[in-house]
Amino acid sequence: MENSNKRYWKGIEELTNDPSFVKNIHNEFGNMPSENDSKGDSLVDGTGTHRRDFLKVLGFGVAAVSLAACEAPVKNTIPYLNKPEDVEPTIANWYASTFTDGGEYASVLVKTREGRPIKIEGNKLSPVSKGALSARAQASVLSLYDNEKLKGPQAGGKATDWVQLDKEFVAKLSAIAAKGGQIRIVSNTILSPTTKKVIAEFTAKYPTTQHVVYDANSAYGLSVAHGGIIPSIDFSKAKTIVSLGADFLGTWVAPTEFAGQWAETRRVGSGKDGKKEMSRHYQFETILSNTGANADYRSAYKPSQEGLVAVALYNAVAKLTGAATVAGTSVKIDHLEAAAKDLVKSKGASIVVSGSNDPQVQKIVAATNALVGAYGATINTGVAVNYRQGNDMAMSNFINEVSAGKVSAVIFYNANPVYNHPMGAKLGAALAKVELTLSTNDRADETGSLCQYNAPDSHYLESWNDAEPKTGFYSLVQPTISTIFKTRQAQDSFLTWAGNTTDYATYLERNWESTILKSGSLAWKTALHDGVFGGNATVSSASPAVNTAEAAAAISKAYSNGSDLELAVYEKVGLGTGSQANNPWLQEFPEPVSKACWDNYASISQPTATKLNLKQGDVVKVSANGTEVSLPVLVQPGQANDTVAISIGYGRAKAGKSANGVGVNAYPFITEVNGACVGACTKGVSVTSTGEEKAIAQTQTHNTVMARQAVVQETVLGEFVKNPMSGRFVPEVLTSEGKKKATDLSLWNGHDYNNHAWGMVIDLNTCTGCSACVVSCNAENNIAVVGRQEVINRREMHWMRIDRYYSSDAEVEDLKGLEVASDNPEVVFQPMLCQHCNNAPCETVCPVLATTHSSEGLNQMTYNRCIGTRYCANNCPYKVRRFNWFRYFQTDEYDFNFNNDLGRMVINPDVTVRSRGVMEKCSMCVQRIQEGKLAAKKEKRRPIDGEIEIACAQSCPTNAITFGDMNDPKSAISVLLAEEREGRAYGVIEEINVKPNISYLMKVRNKEAKKHSEA
Amino acid sequence: MSHVVSPIREHLVTGGKSYSDVTHDICKQVEGEPTKEWKIAFAISCVIFAYGAYCLFYTWWQGIGVWGLNKTVGWAWDITNFVWWVGIGHAGTLISAVLLLFRQKWRTSINRSAEAMTIFAVLCAASFILAHMGRPWLAHWALPLPNAFGSLWVNFNSPLVWDVFAISTYLSVSLLFWYMGLVPDLATIRDRATTKGRKFWYGLFSLGWTGSAKTWARYEYMSLILAGISTPLVLSVHTIVSMDFATSVIPGWHTTIFPPYFVAGAIFSGFAMVQTLLLITRVVFKLEDYITIEHIEMMNIVVTVTGSVVGIAYLTEFFIAWYSGVEYESYAFINRATGPYWWAYWMMMTCNVISPQLFWFKSIRTNLMVSFFLSIVVNVGMWFERFVIIVTSLHRDYLPSSWAMFSPTMYDIGDYIFSFGLFFTLFFLFAKFLPVVNMAEVKSVMKGVSSNFPKKVAKKSKSEE
Repeated sequence: MENSNKRYWKGIEELTNDPSFVKNIHNEFGNMPSENDSKGDSLVDGTGTHRRDFLKVLGFGVAAVSLAACEAPVKNTIPYLNKPEDVEPTIANWYASTFTDGGEYASVLVKTREGRPIKIEGNKLSPVSKGALSARAQASVLSLYDNEKLKGPQAGGKATDWVQLDKEFVAKLSAIAAKGGQIRIVSNTILSPTTKKVIAEFTAKYPTTQHVVYDANSAYGLSVAHGGIIPSIDFSKAKTIVSLGADFLGTWVAPTEFAGQWAETRRVGSGKDGKKEMSRHYQFETILSNTGANADYRSAYKPSQEGLVAVALYNAVAKLTGAATVAGTSVKIDHLEAAAKDLVKSKGASIVVSGSNDPQVQKIVAATNALVGAYGATINTGVAVNYRQGNDMAMSNFINEVSAGKVSAVIFYNANPVYNHPMGAKLGAALAKVELTLSTNDRADETGSLCQYNAPDSHYLESWNDAEPKTGFYSLVQPTISTIFKTRQAQDSFLTWAGNTTDYATYLERNWESTILKSGSLAWKTALHDGVFGGNATVSSASPAVNTAEAAAAISKAYSNGSDLELAVYEKVGLGTGSQANNPWLQEFPEPVSKACWDNYASISQPTATKLNLKQGDVVKVSANGTEVSLPVLVQPGQANDTVAISIGYGRAKAGKSANGVGVNAYPFITEVNGACVGACTKGVSVTSTGEEKAIAQTQTHNTVMARQAVVQETVLGEFVKNPMSGRFVPEVLTSEGKKKATDLSLWNGHDYNNHAWGMVIDLNTCTGCSACVVSCNAENNIAVVGRQEVINRREMHWMRIDRYYSSDAEVEDLKGLEVASDNPEVVFQPMLCQHCNNAPCETVCPVLATTHSSEGLNQMTYNRCIGTRYCANNCPYKVRRFNWFRYFQTDEYDFNFNNDLGRMVINPDVTVRSRGVMEKCSMCVQRIQEGKLAAKKEKRRPIDGEIEIACAQSCPTNAITFGDMNDPKSAISVLLAEEREGRAYGVIEEINVKPNISYLMKVRNKEAKKHSEA
Repeated sequence: MSHVVSPIREHLVTGGKSYSDVTHDICKQVEGEPTKEWKIAFAISCVIFAYGAYCLFYTWWQGIGVWGLNKTVGWAWDITNFVWWVGIGHAGTLISAVLLLFRQKWRTSINRSAEAMTIFAVLCAASFILAHMGRPWLAHWALPLPNAFGSLWVNFNSPLVWDVFAISTYLSVSLLFWYMGLVPDLATIRDRATTKGRKFWYGLFSLGWTGSAKTWARYEYMSLILAGISTPLVLSVHTIVSMDFATSVIPGWHTTIFPPYFVAGAIFSGFAMVQTLLLITRVVFKLEDYITIEHIEMMNIVVTVTGSVVGIAYLTEFFIAWYSGVEYESYAFINRATGPYWWAYWMMMTCNVISPQLFWFKSIRTNLMVSFFLSIVVNVGMWFERFVIIVTSLHRDYLPSSWAMFSPTMYDIGDYIFSFGLFFTLFFLFAKFLPVVNMAEVKSVMKGVSSNFPKKVAKKSKSEE
């Protein structure tokens, strides 16, 4: 072998005797990584892995894997494999739409995040609702995520599919139509012209169909008096407003719209050029309504006197204007003569409204309005409003027909008459006689559960639709989420049943293009973008022809100065007619006047309570009109003596877990007077104590302000005109250098705000107490619903609350007497929220710096840092801090929207959901401020005033809340404060010198100055 | 420490005890089998402790919503109990430190149990600090500890942080003082021990005490130094606790009189509590010769003096509320006396101001049953004092819209019961396993061996001059 010529080589390196090969020839394992290798960071430079590195990586890997295993349960999220074109994570999309519920209307903007609608705001482009939203419209987004709605079509209570339902239903319907059987569609007011067209198509297919429209809280009388329409009303032009039981700021016809108009007449300014006049508002009513609470003069009457008061007012006005008076029973009521005088004095700028549903009373009121020149000025018959189209006569006819077995098929189109019609029980019993019944209601409610078929309609946020709130004013509804359950728009159902295969979206667009827009698709897109279209109001001064003598005669027959106990049925500002009763935000909504939630109750005045030997919380049996209910007593100052009042909207049996069994159903108490449903029983009312007690959940239990001028400041117009500081209480302290304003002395150095200084001004003169802001705040800030018992425990979580104070007749020194409200008190509403103090008492006491001051004047709460000592809440002079006593989310004791996956879809991802044991409070919507600042920064500019809107200010129907940057001299808030600083602006309890960033503008009442018992 | 005892003074220890009698009397409780009375009492306190522990556990598990607090009244029984227990804890330090510095020799036979009581009371108070938090598992955030959040400190402006320092200092110093005083006695037990276990444990805790003159000298220095440190604490702890209220803006809390008023109240309630416990101990452990009527009387006099100071403070508050002309302040006080919680106010006034005045009569202050009863009455009154300050101030403050009532739930009560269970369980353990009277110091005040000794020394030193 040695001499062999053959030479074997292992590689080219050996062959060429490469120096590196020669060097390593004895290194059997080649270039092994070594511990001493200078390139120790081989993990980084990729030259190979060393043993130690390997161990390090292994160790880290094992540790990481085992640590990961210790983490909280994994929640799967689904990534956008194909990102939807319009959805940017964390960026909200806004869509214009329209909230309608029966006759309620509001043009809205829907905020959606990652495809979920989470907040409803007012659409300022709307000439009708002008950006105002009611509490119910605010809360409607939560009703979208109501887990107790029907999840799909049902036949005989069992789930089916739409094809099957359509097949069966159309077959049966056709059979009925073929043999001439009567078909009825029952609905509440329908604002949508296109829906009406769809129903017309349906009717054309099944010619025996009649459409019966009724309203739970009917305004039929008003419509009858005006020849079948409800005229437009504009309070903003009124100098004298007289309301006979119309709660137009709270519940009557279109309260948010009216509140905005009313507020225009109540806005005053302290500056030299500031407005120094106000409307004068008289209210005559039975209960102390939200509107009555805002009136300048208010007197109470019993329901049996309602007609008499209307006639007496007519006569008083007629006497002054020289018109013929009518015969009428005299009635003794304060301020009526004064009201008549003012009405006549401001002729052409006066208005009388009546909440009565009796057509005869409305006729007399219309005649009075004609005398004071309201038509063409404050009332416009040229533009009809469509909010209440219900016909009480037609509805009672329908129920009688069903009872008589004359109806073969009924479709309940989003109507629940078994619950919300006075003859509901009769209808419910008679439905079995109907051959074919179907309901499109969103749940198997009192009516739906009695129907053979359920074809659940989609929520308005899942639907296409339109609305015509007033003649010539249109708006559009567009879906903001695809249907959550297997629901189908009722319009699509009707079209299918009518044999029209067009889907409703297309149908709507075509209808708009052909009848409303009358131009190309660009106009459609613009209308869809804006949400609203049209709105040129024609003004007509035509007044309805009224035979006053005849009306007065009818009134004389029906009304008298009764001395019996009487019952009044009214609607609550929060829950309304009860259609959204399963909405926990609305259930926990404190009623503006009574501050009660989670219940209805028998409210009676203090003298009546004394007479009947009752006190608050006593459970009484109220019987009238063949109905008997048991409910607790609430003592309500200002209510007419010898009356008991119960609200509708409660006592739902089949609405869902939040609503069922809460309160009692008061609809059966509604009686028929002169052919219309009137919410009163004047005869045979009895109230007897059951001996039991039941606490009423109230968010405020002390009713008077205890003559604390530093809290609520008010004056009367006459004084205000002379001196804008007239009613102001300016605390002064005696020092060695003489008297000084309490706010001029401080231990603190103050803060420098070099950038922004956020602040808020709240006008007590225009705040009506409607509390829409409370629900708006709930929605924006993920505020937990805590339920009835926790409200009784005084633990509601609302960041924004409306304090309501009654006046007292007692002298300032009489501290016990001051606790008792007057029998007919003056009322003041004061929105109360974190005052964002500059010398914040909460900030100094927190041991862990969980609440601190921002460089922009906000008092901010760091939830993660909070250990829950509650010292801050104790030390808060305004008591606006809220503590999480329990874990309110995902806890079965608090089985509301935070306790199910669907309900939690409404959570605003920009706001932390607070855990148990931490404090929370108003953040002045810091997430919105931040969003606005970032948007401006991206465009390299300063935020423009008005660009950043906080939830409460946005929702306020009367714009009573002004938010903005006090460092910007041109901002609305700075301008307002500059005018009011030496006028109405004050800080609540200024003398403790916490220097709040929220100012209040003193309330001015348009009353004659009198010796104030309440200083 | 030398001391001068007037020959006409009553003996502090009666019954002609010898040094060995003292050792025997005190040690027999530790060395003997537990008595039947002790077993029963201990069993009862364990049951109370267990029930209380359940309530406390439930509170922590569910959240403090199980209490009756609300958005207006954010503190009620929790902080009432906290302040009450801290107040009770004051007597121990006062007796051991201040009376030591003032050479009040009568303190020797009661200081041990008073100090033990202090420590247990402070522990009870601390349990309420933890319990009242929304998130007690993060309690350590109230300490200025280094953390991963950057320069995140506690809020040194907050009285609650001052509280943390005050209470923890107080607990540490009291514990040290108590333990140092125990060392010679533990050594005595160790030396007498007949079982291995006892020898080991008492040996361990007696820190190798030899009893040499040098150790005794160090012991004396140590006592003096600790007394010097503790004395300011007697004033500071309750001063700082009072600042939880005094530095706030709430009418009824925002009061500059609070520091002295709280300190007086603390001593008042502390002495009453010591009285209660001693009256039981002296009977149960037959220590009548060590804890004599004179002790009882002295204690009652302190109670009367401090009770009167507290009474003047109550009246001053009212005067200032009227004199200040501040609407809210005057309402807060009128509301205390005549509002919905009037009964709590008058309970406080009767128990704290009126009842101690009975001790002006010698027959009453030397009557054991009456003293025992009144000592409990005083602590009931002092509990109501804190309740009145906290709840009646909060429930009606500035804005009438937020005015609310507070009513306790079974967990408010249960957690309070817990603190009693804890206190008595610890106290009975202490009474069984540790000498309840400071043997070493008691021996130093006895006349037994040489009752003429002081006189002789006096003569001698005179003649030497």
